[in-house]
Amino acid sequence: MNSHPLRLSRLNIASLALGFAFLYLPIVILVIYSFNASRLVTVWGGWSTRWYTEFFNDRAMLDAAWMSIRVGVASATLATLLGTLAAVALTRGGGFRGRAVMSGMLYAPLVMPEVITGLSLLLLVVAIDAGRGFWTVTIAHTTLTMCFVTVVVQSRLAAIDRSLEEAAMDLGRDPLRAFVSVTLPLIWPAIAAGWMLAFTLSLDDLVIASFTTGPGSATLPIRIYSEVRLGVKPEINAICTLIVGFITVLIVAASLATKLSSSKGESAAPL
Amino acid sequence: MNARRLFTAPARRMAIPPYVWMLLFFLLPFGFVVKISLSQTTLAQPPYLPVFGLADGFAGLKDAFAALSFDNFRSLLADQLYVSSYLRSITVAFTATLLLLVIGYPVAYGMARLPARWQGIAMMLVIVPFWTSFLIRIYAWINILQHDGLLNQILMALHLVSAPVVWLATDSAMYLGIVYSYLPFMILPLYATLAKADPALLEAAADLGVSRFDAFWMVTVPLSWRGIFAGALLCFIPITGEFVIPDLLAGSDSMMIGQTLWLEFFTNKDWPLASALAVVLLGVLLVPLLVYDRVQRHHLERR
Repeated sequence: MNSHPLRLSRLNIASLALGFAFLYLPIVILVIYSFNASRLVTVWGGWSTRWYTEFFNDRAMLDAAWMSIRVGVASATLATLLGTLAAVALTRGGGFRGRAVMSGMLYAPLVMPEVITGLSLLLLVVAIDAGRGFWTVTIAHTTLTMCFVTVVVQSRLAAIDRSLEEAAMDLGRDPLRAFVSVTLPLIWPAIAAGWMLAFTLSLDDLVIASFTTGPGSATLPIRIYSEVRLGVKPEINAICTLIVGFITVLIVAASLATKLSSSKGESAAPL
Repeated sequence: MNARRLFTAPARRMAIPPYVWMLLFFLLPFGFVVKISLSQTTLAQPPYLPVFGLADGFAGLKDAFAALSFDNFRSLLADQLYVSSYLRSITVAFTATLLLLVIGYPVAYGMARLPARWQGIAMMLVIVPFWTSFLIRIYAWINILQHDGLLNQILMALHLVSAPVVWLATDSAMYLGIVYSYLPFMILPLYATLAKADPALLEAAADLGVSRFDAFWMVTVPLSWRGIFAGALLCFIPITGEFVIPDLLAGSDSMMIGQTLWLEFFTNKDWPLASALAVVLLGVLLVPLLVYDRVQRHHLERR
Protein backbone atom coordinates (compact mmCIF):
# COMPACT_ATOMS: atom_id res chain seq x y z
CA MET A 1 0.00 0.00 0.00
CA ASN A 2 1.57 3.25 -1.07
CA SER A 3 -0.18 5.77 1.17
CA HIS A 4 -0.21 4.40 4.67
CA PRO A 5 -2.16 6.96 6.68
CA LEU A 6 0.42 7.20 9.44
CA ARG A 7 3.43 7.65 7.21
CA LEU A 8 5.50 10.76 7.86
CA SER A 9 5.00 12.71 4.66
CA ARG A 10 7.31 15.31 3.13
CA LEU A 11 4.76 17.94 4.08
CA ASN A 12 5.00 16.82 7.73
CA ILE A 13 8.77 17.07 7.66
CA ALA A 14 8.69 20.48 5.99
CA SER A 15 6.26 21.90 8.55
CA LEU A 16 8.35 20.53 11.41
CA ALA A 17 11.55 21.99 9.95
CA LEU A 18 9.94 25.39 9.35
CA GLY A 19 8.31 25.40 12.78
CA PHE A 20 11.51 24.64 14.62
CA ALA A 21 13.55 27.06 12.50
CA PHE A 22 11.03 29.78 13.37
CA LEU A 23 11.32 28.96 17.07
CA TYR A 24 15.11 28.88 17.22
CA LEU A 25 16.54 31.19 14.55
CA PRO A 26 15.95 34.49 16.39
CA ILE A 27 17.63 33.17 19.52
CA VAL A 28 20.62 31.86 17.55
CA ILE A 29 21.00 35.23 15.83
CA LEU A 30 20.84 36.99 19.20
CA VAL A 31 23.59 34.76 20.60
CA ILE A 32 25.84 35.34 17.57
CA TYR A 33 25.40 39.11 17.72
CA SER A 34 26.25 39.18 21.41
CA PHE A 35 29.83 38.38 20.37
CA ASN A 36 29.90 41.25 17.90
CA ALA A 37 32.82 43.63 18.46
CA SER A 38 31.06 46.56 16.80
CA ARG A 39 29.27 49.19 18.85
CA LEU A 40 26.58 49.26 16.20
CA VAL A 41 24.39 46.29 16.91
CA THR A 42 23.84 45.42 13.28
CA VAL A 43 27.29 45.93 11.76
CA TRP A 44 29.48 42.89 12.14
CA GLY A 45 32.88 43.91 13.52
CA GLY A 46 34.45 40.56 14.32
CA TRP A 47 34.21 38.31 17.37
CA SER A 48 34.64 39.85 20.78
CA THR A 49 33.54 39.41 24.36
CA ARG A 50 33.65 43.12 25.22
CA TRP A 51 29.92 43.34 25.91
CA TYR A 52 30.20 40.59 28.48
CA THR A 53 32.98 42.55 30.21
CA GLU A 54 30.78 45.62 30.02
CA PHE A 55 27.94 43.76 31.73
CA PHE A 56 30.16 42.52 34.54
CA ASN A 57 31.17 46.13 35.19
CA ASP A 58 27.60 47.43 35.17
CA ARG A 59 26.71 47.83 38.82
CA ALA A 60 23.00 48.51 38.28
CA MET A 61 22.55 45.48 36.02
CA LEU A 62 24.42 43.21 38.42
CA ASP A 63 22.29 44.41 41.34
CA ALA A 64 19.17 43.70 39.31
CA ALA A 65 20.45 40.24 38.39
CA TRP A 66 21.19 39.46 42.03
CA MET A 67 17.73 40.67 43.03
CA SER A 68 16.17 38.42 40.36
CA ILE A 69 18.11 35.39 41.54
CA ARG A 70 17.15 35.96 45.18
CA VAL A 71 13.48 36.44 44.32
CA GLY A 72 13.64 33.43 42.00
CA VAL A 73 15.11 31.07 44.59
CA ALA A 74 12.79 32.24 47.38
CA SER A 75 9.60 32.19 45.31
CA ALA A 76 10.43 28.91 43.55
CA THR A 77 11.08 27.21 46.88
CA LEU A 78 7.84 28.49 48.41
CA ALA A 79 5.91 27.71 45.24
CA THR A 80 7.28 24.16 45.10
CA LEU A 81 6.27 23.52 48.70
CA LEU A 82 2.77 24.89 48.28
CA GLY A 83 2.29 23.54 44.77
CA THR A 84 3.30 20.02 45.76
CA LEU A 85 0.92 20.08 48.73
CA ALA A 86 -1.85 21.24 46.43
CA ALA A 87 -1.06 18.53 43.88
CA VAL A 88 -1.16 15.83 46.58
CA ALA A 89 -4.44 17.14 47.94
CA LEU A 90 -6.01 17.26 44.49
CA THR A 91 -4.92 13.79 43.42
CA ARG A 92 -5.15 11.96 46.75
CA GLY A 93 -7.72 13.91 48.74
CA GLY A 94 -10.78 12.60 46.97
CA GLY A 95 -13.78 14.88 46.53
CA PHE A 96 -13.38 17.18 49.50
CA ARG A 97 -15.44 20.29 50.05
CA GLY A 98 -13.91 23.33 48.37
CA ARG A 99 -12.02 21.20 45.88
CA ALA A 100 -13.64 22.95 42.90
CA VAL A 101 -12.81 26.39 44.29
CA MET A 102 -9.26 25.30 44.92
CA SER A 103 -8.62 23.87 41.49
CA GLY A 104 -10.28 26.93 39.98
CA MET A 105 -7.96 29.23 41.92
CA LEU A 106 -5.01 27.11 40.87
CA TYR A 107 -5.78 27.13 37.17
CA ALA A 108 -6.92 30.75 36.84
CA PRO A 109 -3.46 32.36 37.19
CA LEU A 110 -2.16 30.17 34.37
CA VAL A 111 -4.23 32.07 31.84
CA MET A 112 -5.01 35.32 33.64
CA PRO A 113 -3.45 38.36 31.93
CA GLU A 114 -0.51 39.46 33.99
CA VAL A 115 -1.64 43.08 34.19
CA ILE A 116 -4.67 41.98 36.20
CA THR A 117 -2.74 39.71 38.56
CA GLY A 118 -0.10 42.39 39.08
CA LEU A 119 -2.56 45.20 39.65
CA SER A 120 -4.66 43.22 42.11
CA LEU A 121 -1.68 42.13 44.19
CA LEU A 122 -0.41 45.68 44.33
CA LEU A 123 -3.77 46.98 45.51
CA LEU A 124 -3.74 44.37 48.27
CA VAL A 125 -0.26 45.41 49.36
CA VAL A 126 -1.27 49.06 49.43
CA ALA A 127 -4.54 48.29 51.20
CA ILE A 128 -2.79 46.56 54.08
CA ASP A 129 -0.24 49.34 54.03
CA ALA A 130 2.83 47.14 53.58
CA GLY A 131 6.04 48.33 51.99
CA ARG A 132 6.96 47.12 48.53
CA GLY A 133 10.18 45.34 47.70
CA PHE A 134 11.76 41.91 47.84
CA TRP A 135 8.93 40.23 49.73
CA THR A 136 6.05 41.61 47.73
CA VAL A 137 7.65 40.47 44.46
CA THR A 138 8.42 37.08 46.01
CA ILE A 139 4.82 36.61 47.19
CA ALA A 140 3.50 37.66 43.78
CA HIS A 141 5.79 35.24 41.96
CA THR A 142 4.97 32.42 44.37
CA THR A 143 1.26 32.89 43.70
CA LEU A 144 1.80 32.71 39.95
CA THR A 145 4.33 29.90 39.79
CA MET A 146 2.83 27.50 42.35
CA CYS A 147 0.07 26.84 39.83
CA PHE A 148 2.64 25.60 37.32
CA VAL A 149 4.26 23.41 39.99
CA THR A 150 0.86 21.95 40.83
CA VAL A 151 0.21 21.03 37.19
CA VAL A 152 3.61 19.37 36.77
CA VAL A 153 3.52 17.40 40.02
CA GLN A 154 -0.14 16.50 39.61
CA SER A 155 0.41 14.89 36.20
CA ARG A 156 3.25 12.84 37.66
CA LEU A 157 1.25 11.79 40.72
CA ALA A 158 -1.70 10.74 38.60
CA ALA A 159 0.58 8.46 36.55
CA ILE A 160 1.97 6.62 39.58
CA ASP A 161 0.77 3.16 40.41
CA ARG A 162 -0.95 3.50 43.75
CA SER A 163 -0.63 -0.16 44.62
CA LEU A 164 2.94 0.55 45.79
CA GLU A 165 1.66 3.02 48.38
CA GLU A 166 -1.10 0.62 49.33
CA ALA A 167 1.35 -2.25 49.75
CA ALA A 168 3.41 -0.13 52.13
CA MET A 169 0.29 0.67 54.14
CA ASP A 170 -0.77 -2.97 54.18
CA LEU A 171 2.65 -3.75 55.57
CA GLY A 172 1.89 -1.47 58.50
CA ARG A 173 3.32 1.87 57.49
CA ASP A 174 1.06 4.74 58.45
CA PRO A 175 -0.23 6.68 55.42
CA LEU A 176 2.08 9.66 55.80
CA ARG A 177 5.20 7.50 56.19
CA ALA A 178 4.15 5.37 53.24
CA PHE A 179 3.81 8.52 51.19
CA VAL A 180 7.19 9.88 52.24
CA SER A 181 9.08 6.63 51.74
CA VAL A 182 7.34 5.35 48.59
CA THR A 183 5.60 8.13 46.67
CA LEU A 184 7.91 11.06 47.33
CA PRO A 185 10.98 9.41 45.75
CA LEU A 186 8.87 8.59 42.69
CA ILE A 187 7.63 12.14 42.18
CA TRP A 188 10.96 13.74 43.06
CA PRO A 189 11.93 14.50 39.42
CA ALA A 190 8.60 16.25 38.88
CA ILE A 191 9.15 18.31 42.03
CA ALA A 192 12.63 19.28 40.81
CA ALA A 193 11.26 20.13 37.37
CA GLY A 194 8.52 22.18 39.04
CA TRP A 195 11.09 24.13 41.03
CA MET A 196 13.11 24.92 37.95
CA LEU A 197 10.03 25.93 35.98
CA ALA A 198 8.99 28.23 38.84
CA PHE A 199 12.50 29.68 39.03
CA THR A 200 12.73 30.43 35.30
CA LEU A 201 9.22 31.90 35.23
CA SER A 202 10.13 34.18 38.11
CA LEU A 203 13.39 35.15 36.40
CA ASP A 204 11.39 36.00 33.29
CA ASP A 205 8.51 37.99 34.70
CA LEU A 206 8.34 41.67 33.90
CA VAL A 207 4.73 42.75 34.31
CA ILE A 208 3.89 41.39 37.75
CA ALA A 209 7.28 42.44 39.11
CA SER A 210 6.77 45.97 37.79
CA PHE A 211 3.54 46.30 39.76
CA THR A 212 4.79 44.81 42.99
CA THR A 213 8.33 46.10 43.22
CA GLY A 214 9.38 49.15 45.19
CA PRO A 215 12.07 51.72 44.59
CA GLY A 216 15.57 50.25 44.56
CA SER A 217 14.46 46.65 44.06
CA ALA A 218 14.23 46.39 40.28
CA THR A 219 14.61 42.89 38.87
CA LEU A 220 16.63 42.07 35.77
CA PRO A 221 13.67 42.06 33.33
CA ILE A 222 12.61 45.49 34.60
CA ARG A 223 16.10 46.83 33.90
CA ILE A 224 16.33 45.15 30.51
CA TYR A 225 12.91 46.45 29.57
CA SER A 226 13.78 50.05 30.39
CA GLU A 227 17.04 49.71 28.41
CA VAL A 228 15.29 48.15 25.42
CA ARG A 229 12.77 50.98 25.30
CA LEU A 230 15.67 53.40 24.87
CA GLY A 231 17.02 51.42 21.92
CA VAL A 232 18.98 48.28 21.21
CA LYS A 233 22.34 48.05 22.96
CA PRO A 234 24.92 45.31 22.38
CA GLU A 235 25.28 44.85 26.13
CA ILE A 236 21.67 43.63 26.27
CA ASN A 237 22.52 40.95 23.71
CA ALA A 238 25.26 39.71 26.04
CA ILE A 239 22.97 39.68 29.10
CA CYS A 240 20.27 37.85 27.17
CA THR A 241 22.76 35.26 25.94
CA LEU A 242 23.93 34.69 29.51
CA ILE A 243 20.33 34.16 30.65
CA VAL A 244 19.58 31.82 27.74
CA GLY A 245 22.75 29.82 28.51
CA PHE A 246 21.91 29.69 32.21
CA ILE A 247 18.38 28.45 31.56
CA THR A 248 19.57 25.90 29.01
CA VAL A 249 21.95 24.44 31.59
CA LEU A 250 19.04 24.22 34.06
CA ILE A 251 16.84 22.43 31.53
CA VAL A 252 19.54 19.96 30.57
CA ALA A 253 20.10 19.25 34.27
CA ALA A 254 16.37 18.76 34.75
CA SER A 255 16.03 16.37 31.81
CA LEU A 256 19.09 14.41 32.98
CA ALA A 257 17.52 14.11 36.43
CA THR A 258 14.31 12.83 34.86
CA LYS A 259 16.25 10.38 32.68
CA LEU A 260 18.18 9.05 35.68
CA SER A 261 15.02 8.33 37.60
CA SER A 262 13.27 6.89 34.54
CA SER A 263 16.11 4.40 34.06
CA LYS A 264 15.12 3.06 37.46
CA GLY A 265 11.98 1.70 35.86
CA GLU A 266 9.53 4.57 35.96
CA SER A 267 8.47 6.22 32.74
CA ALA A 268 9.41 9.87 32.57
CA ALA A 269 6.89 12.68 32.85
CA PRO A 270 6.93 15.00 29.83
CA LEU A 271 8.11 18.04 31.75
CA MET B 1 -10.41 -1.99 54.63
CA ASN B 2 -9.29 -0.05 51.62
CA ALA B 3 -5.80 1.35 52.13
CA ARG B 4 -6.54 4.00 49.54
CA ARG B 5 -9.06 5.64 51.86
CA LEU B 6 -6.53 5.89 54.68
CA PHE B 7 -4.54 8.56 52.92
CA THR B 8 -7.51 10.73 51.99
CA ALA B 9 -7.76 12.60 55.29
CA PRO B 10 -4.09 13.61 55.58
CA ALA B 11 -4.09 14.55 51.89
CA ARG B 12 -7.01 16.85 52.51
CA ARG B 13 -5.19 18.54 55.36
CA MET B 14 -2.33 19.21 52.94
CA ALA B 15 -4.72 21.37 50.95
CA ILE B 16 -4.90 23.94 53.75
CA PRO B 17 -1.65 25.90 53.21
CA PRO B 18 -2.00 26.31 49.41
CA TYR B 19 -5.73 27.01 49.84
CA VAL B 20 -5.14 29.78 52.36
CA TRP B 21 -2.31 31.18 50.25
CA MET B 22 -4.45 31.40 47.12
CA LEU B 23 -7.36 32.92 49.07
CA LEU B 24 -5.08 35.58 50.53
CA PHE B 25 -2.99 36.40 47.50
CA PHE B 26 -5.22 35.58 44.56
CA LEU B 27 -8.90 35.83 45.43
CA LEU B 28 -8.81 38.55 48.07
CA PRO B 29 -6.79 40.96 45.83
CA PHE B 30 -9.61 40.86 43.27
CA GLY B 31 -11.91 42.09 46.02
CA PHE B 32 -9.66 45.11 46.40
CA VAL B 33 -9.64 45.70 42.66
CA VAL B 34 -13.44 45.73 42.65
CA LYS B 35 -13.57 47.97 45.73
CA ILE B 36 -11.12 50.50 44.33
CA SER B 37 -12.77 50.49 40.94
CA LEU B 38 -15.86 51.71 42.79
CA SER B 39 -14.16 54.51 44.68
CA GLN B 40 -13.77 58.16 43.79
CA THR B 41 -10.58 59.09 42.03
CA THR B 42 -9.63 61.77 44.52
CA LEU B 43 -10.22 59.53 47.52
CA ALA B 44 -8.13 56.69 46.20
CA GLN B 45 -5.17 58.66 44.97
CA PRO B 46 -2.03 56.90 46.23
CA PRO B 47 -0.96 56.77 48.92
CA TYR B 48 -4.38 56.38 50.38
CA LEU B 49 -5.80 55.03 53.63
CA PRO B 50 -6.54 51.35 54.22
CA VAL B 51 -9.83 50.53 52.57
CA PHE B 52 -11.67 48.94 55.47
CA GLY B 53 -11.07 50.10 59.02
CA LEU B 54 -12.21 47.06 61.00
CA ALA B 55 -12.35 49.20 64.14
CA ASP B 56 -15.13 51.28 62.59
CA GLY B 57 -17.44 48.30 62.69
CA PHE B 58 -20.82 48.39 60.99
CA ALA B 59 -20.95 52.18 60.68
CA GLY B 60 -17.62 52.12 58.87
CA LEU B 61 -18.93 49.47 56.54
CA LYS B 62 -22.00 51.58 55.83
CA ASP B 63 -19.84 54.58 55.06
CA ALA B 64 -17.73 52.46 52.79
CA PHE B 65 -20.80 51.42 50.84
CA ALA B 66 -22.08 54.96 50.71
CA ALA B 67 -18.79 56.01 49.14
CA LEU B 68 -19.17 53.52 46.28
CA SER B 69 -19.45 55.16 42.93
CA PHE B 70 -19.86 53.96 39.39
CA ASP B 71 -18.20 57.05 37.94
CA ASN B 72 -15.19 55.09 36.76
CA PHE B 73 -17.29 52.69 34.77
CA ARG B 74 -19.28 55.57 33.33
CA SER B 75 -16.11 57.28 32.16
CA LEU B 76 -14.94 53.99 30.61
CA LEU B 77 -18.02 54.02 28.43
CA ALA B 78 -17.88 57.72 27.71
CA ASP B 79 -14.30 57.82 26.46
CA GLN B 80 -13.68 56.40 23.00
CA LEU B 81 -10.09 55.51 24.00
CA TYR B 82 -11.17 52.76 26.36
CA VAL B 83 -13.83 51.24 24.15
CA SER B 84 -11.45 51.12 21.20
CA SER B 85 -8.73 49.56 23.40
CA TYR B 86 -11.05 46.70 24.31
CA LEU B 87 -12.12 46.24 20.70
CA ARG B 88 -8.51 46.27 19.51
CA SER B 89 -7.50 43.74 22.17
CA ILE B 90 -10.23 41.36 21.15
CA THR B 91 -9.49 41.78 17.44
CA VAL B 92 -5.77 41.24 17.94
CA ALA B 93 -6.29 38.21 20.21
CA PHE B 94 -8.77 36.68 17.76
CA THR B 95 -6.58 37.21 14.70
CA ALA B 96 -3.45 36.02 16.48
CA THR B 97 -5.21 32.90 17.76
CA LEU B 98 -6.32 32.05 14.21
CA LEU B 99 -2.77 32.57 12.93
CA LEU B 100 -1.42 30.42 15.75
CA LEU B 101 -3.84 27.66 14.90
CA VAL B 102 -2.91 27.75 11.21
CA ILE B 103 0.82 27.70 11.99
CA GLY B 104 0.73 25.45 15.04
CA TYR B 105 -1.50 22.71 13.67
CA PRO B 106 0.87 21.45 10.93
CA VAL B 107 3.75 21.41 13.42
CA ALA B 108 1.76 19.49 16.04
CA TYR B 109 0.48 17.17 13.32
CA GLY B 110 4.01 16.51 12.08
CA MET B 111 5.14 15.83 15.65
CA ALA B 112 2.39 13.27 16.19
CA ARG B 113 3.58 11.45 13.05
CA LEU B 114 7.20 11.19 14.19
CA PRO B 115 8.56 7.82 15.36
CA ALA B 116 7.95 7.43 19.10
CA ARG B 117 11.50 8.10 20.25
CA TRP B 118 11.67 11.30 18.17
CA GLN B 119 8.42 12.60 19.63
CA GLY B 120 10.00 13.13 23.04
CA ILE B 121 12.85 15.13 21.51
CA ALA B 122 10.45 17.22 19.41
CA MET B 123 8.40 17.96 22.50
CA MET B 124 11.54 19.03 24.37
CA LEU B 125 12.38 21.33 21.44
CA VAL B 126 8.97 22.98 21.71
CA ILE B 127 9.22 23.36 25.48
CA VAL B 128 12.71 24.88 25.59
CA PRO B 129 11.72 28.24 24.02
CA PHE B 130 8.83 28.34 26.51
CA TRP B 131 11.39 28.18 29.34
CA THR B 132 13.59 30.76 27.69
CA SER B 133 12.74 34.29 28.70
CA PHE B 134 9.73 35.92 27.12
CA LEU B 135 11.33 39.36 27.09
CA ILE B 136 14.50 38.03 25.51
CA ARG B 137 12.58 36.39 22.70
CA ILE B 138 10.80 39.66 21.91
CA TYR B 139 14.10 41.45 22.13
CA ALA B 140 15.66 38.97 19.68
CA TRP B 141 13.04 40.03 17.14
CA ILE B 142 13.79 43.71 17.69
CA ASN B 143 17.38 42.91 16.70
CA ILE B 144 16.16 41.38 13.46
CA LEU B 145 13.37 43.80 12.59
CA GLN B 146 14.95 47.16 13.32
CA HIS B 147 15.74 49.69 10.62
CA ASP B 148 19.26 48.44 9.86
CA GLY B 149 18.55 44.97 11.22
CA LEU B 150 19.29 41.60 9.71
CA LEU B 151 16.01 41.30 7.80
CA ASN B 152 16.47 44.58 5.95
CA GLN B 153 20.13 43.77 5.31
CA ILE B 154 19.22 40.43 3.74
CA LEU B 155 16.36 41.92 1.69
CA MET B 156 18.64 44.64 0.37
CA ALA B 157 21.47 42.25 -0.37
CA LEU B 158 19.05 40.17 -2.42
CA HIS B 159 17.88 43.38 -4.15
CA LEU B 160 14.31 42.63 -3.14
CA VAL B 161 13.94 46.13 -1.74
CA SER B 162 15.94 49.24 -2.51
CA ALA B 163 15.48 51.02 0.82
CA PRO B 164 15.04 49.61 4.34
CA VAL B 165 11.46 48.65 5.08
CA VAL B 166 9.89 49.78 8.32
CA TRP B 167 9.14 46.61 10.28
CA LEU B 168 9.33 47.74 13.87
CA ALA B 169 6.39 49.60 15.36
CA THR B 170 3.91 48.03 12.97
CA ASP B 171 1.03 45.65 13.49
CA SER B 172 2.82 42.98 11.44
CA ALA B 173 5.73 43.05 13.89
CA MET B 174 3.33 42.77 16.80
CA TYR B 175 1.53 39.77 15.28
CA LEU B 176 4.88 38.16 14.52
CA GLY B 177 5.97 38.66 18.13
CA ILE B 178 2.70 37.29 19.51
CA VAL B 179 2.70 34.23 17.25
CA TYR B 180 6.32 33.59 18.08
CA SER B 181 5.79 33.85 21.84
CA TYR B 182 2.60 31.86 22.06
CA LEU B 183 3.38 29.11 19.55
CA PRO B 184 4.38 26.54 22.23
CA PHE B 185 1.07 27.19 24.05
CA MET B 186 -0.76 26.26 20.85
CA ILE B 187 1.41 23.33 19.77
CA LEU B 188 1.45 21.43 23.07
CA PRO B 189 -2.31 20.89 23.60
CA LEU B 190 -2.78 20.17 19.88
CA TYR B 191 0.02 17.62 19.94
CA ALA B 192 -1.43 16.01 23.08
CA THR B 193 -4.76 15.29 21.41
CA LEU B 194 -3.28 14.38 18.02
CA ALA B 195 -0.85 11.91 19.56
CA LYS B 196 -3.72 10.25 21.44
CA ALA B 197 -5.97 9.91 18.37
CA ASP B 198 -6.53 6.26 17.51
CA PRO B 199 -4.53 5.42 14.32
CA ALA B 200 -6.97 2.58 13.58
CA LEU B 201 -9.57 5.17 12.59
CA LEU B 202 -7.28 6.62 9.94
CA GLU B 203 -6.39 3.15 8.71
CA ALA B 204 -10.07 2.35 8.46
CA ALA B 205 -10.63 5.53 6.45
CA ALA B 206 -7.75 4.59 4.13
CA ASP B 207 -9.15 1.07 3.72
CA LEU B 208 -12.49 2.58 2.76
CA GLY B 209 -10.77 4.51 0.00
CA VAL B 210 -10.85 7.97 1.58
CA SER B 211 -7.99 10.16 0.36
CA ARG B 212 -5.44 11.44 2.83
CA PHE B 213 -6.78 14.95 2.43
CA ASP B 214 -10.37 13.96 3.12
CA ALA B 215 -9.35 11.71 5.97
CA PHE B 216 -7.60 14.67 7.55
CA TRP B 217 -10.78 16.77 7.51
CA MET B 218 -13.18 13.94 8.31
CA VAL B 219 -11.20 12.08 10.96
CA THR B 220 -8.16 13.93 12.30
CA VAL B 221 -9.63 17.41 12.74
CA PRO B 222 -12.81 16.24 14.52
CA LEU B 223 -10.68 14.07 16.80
CA SER B 224 -8.59 17.07 17.80
CA TRP B 225 -11.39 19.50 18.68
CA ARG B 226 -10.47 19.40 22.36
CA GLY B 227 -6.88 20.32 21.60
CA ILE B 228 -8.00 23.11 19.28
CA PHE B 229 -10.26 24.57 21.97
CA ALA B 230 -7.68 24.23 24.72
CA GLY B 231 -4.91 25.77 22.61
CA ALA B 232 -7.13 28.61 21.43
CA LEU B 233 -8.19 29.42 24.99
CA LEU B 234 -4.65 29.17 26.33
CA CYS B 235 -3.59 31.75 23.74
CA PHE B 236 -6.65 33.99 23.45
CA ILE B 237 -7.00 34.97 27.11
CA PRO B 238 -3.43 36.04 27.87
CA ILE B 239 -3.04 37.72 24.46
CA THR B 240 -6.08 39.89 25.19
CA GLY B 241 -4.32 41.37 28.21
CA GLU B 242 -0.89 41.40 26.60
CA PHE B 243 1.31 44.34 27.46
CA VAL B 244 4.97 43.69 26.62
CA ILE B 245 4.67 42.62 22.97
CA PRO B 246 2.44 45.45 21.70
CA ASP B 247 4.43 47.93 23.76
CA LEU B 248 7.74 46.93 22.22
CA LEU B 249 6.72 45.91 18.71
CA ALA B 250 3.50 47.71 17.74
CA GLY B 251 3.08 51.33 16.77
CA SER B 252 1.80 53.90 19.23
CA ASP B 253 -1.33 54.97 17.37
CA SER B 254 -3.67 52.43 18.95
CA MET B 255 -3.30 50.57 22.20
CA MET B 256 -4.40 47.21 23.53
CA ILE B 257 -6.22 47.16 26.85
CA GLY B 258 -3.15 45.96 28.76
CA GLN B 259 -1.23 49.00 27.57
CA THR B 260 -4.09 51.35 28.43
CA LEU B 261 -4.33 49.87 31.91
CA TRP B 262 -0.56 50.24 32.33
CA LEU B 263 -0.74 53.86 31.17
CA GLU B 264 -3.60 54.74 33.51
CA PHE B 265 -1.82 53.10 36.38
CA PHE B 266 1.81 54.12 35.99
CA THR B 267 1.62 57.36 34.00
CA ASN B 268 -1.72 58.91 34.89
CA LYS B 269 -1.73 57.31 38.36
CA ASP B 270 -5.50 56.93 38.17
CA TRP B 271 -5.78 53.74 40.21
CA PRO B 272 -9.57 53.59 40.40
CA LEU B 273 -9.86 53.88 36.63
CA ALA B 274 -7.16 51.24 36.10
CA SER B 275 -9.08 48.95 38.48
CA ALA B 276 -12.30 49.54 36.57
CA LEU B 277 -10.47 48.65 33.36
CA ALA B 278 -9.29 45.42 34.98
CA VAL B 279 -12.78 44.52 36.24
CA VAL B 280 -14.28 44.96 32.77
CA LEU B 281 -11.42 43.01 31.20
CA LEU B 282 -12.07 40.13 33.62
CA GLY B 283 -15.73 40.22 32.63
CA VAL B 284 -14.82 40.09 28.95
CA LEU B 285 -12.49 37.13 29.51
CA LEU B 286 -15.13 35.18 31.40
CA VAL B 287 -17.06 34.75 28.14
CA PRO B 288 -14.56 32.47 26.35
CA LEU B 289 -13.98 30.59 29.62
CA LEU B 290 -17.69 29.88 30.03
CA VAL B 291 -17.96 28.81 26.40
CA TYR B 292 -15.03 26.46 26.91
CA ASP B 293 -16.66 25.06 30.05
CA ARG B 294 -19.89 24.37 28.14
CA VAL B 295 -18.00 22.68 25.32
CA GLN B 296 -16.11 20.50 27.77
CA ARG B 297 -19.29 19.50 29.53
CA HIS B 298 -21.03 18.78 26.24
CA HIS B 299 -18.09 16.60 25.28
CA LEU B 300 -18.23 14.66 28.56
CA GLU B 301 -21.95 14.07 28.23
CA ARG B 302 -21.55 12.66 24.73
CA ARG B 303 -19.10 10.04 25.89
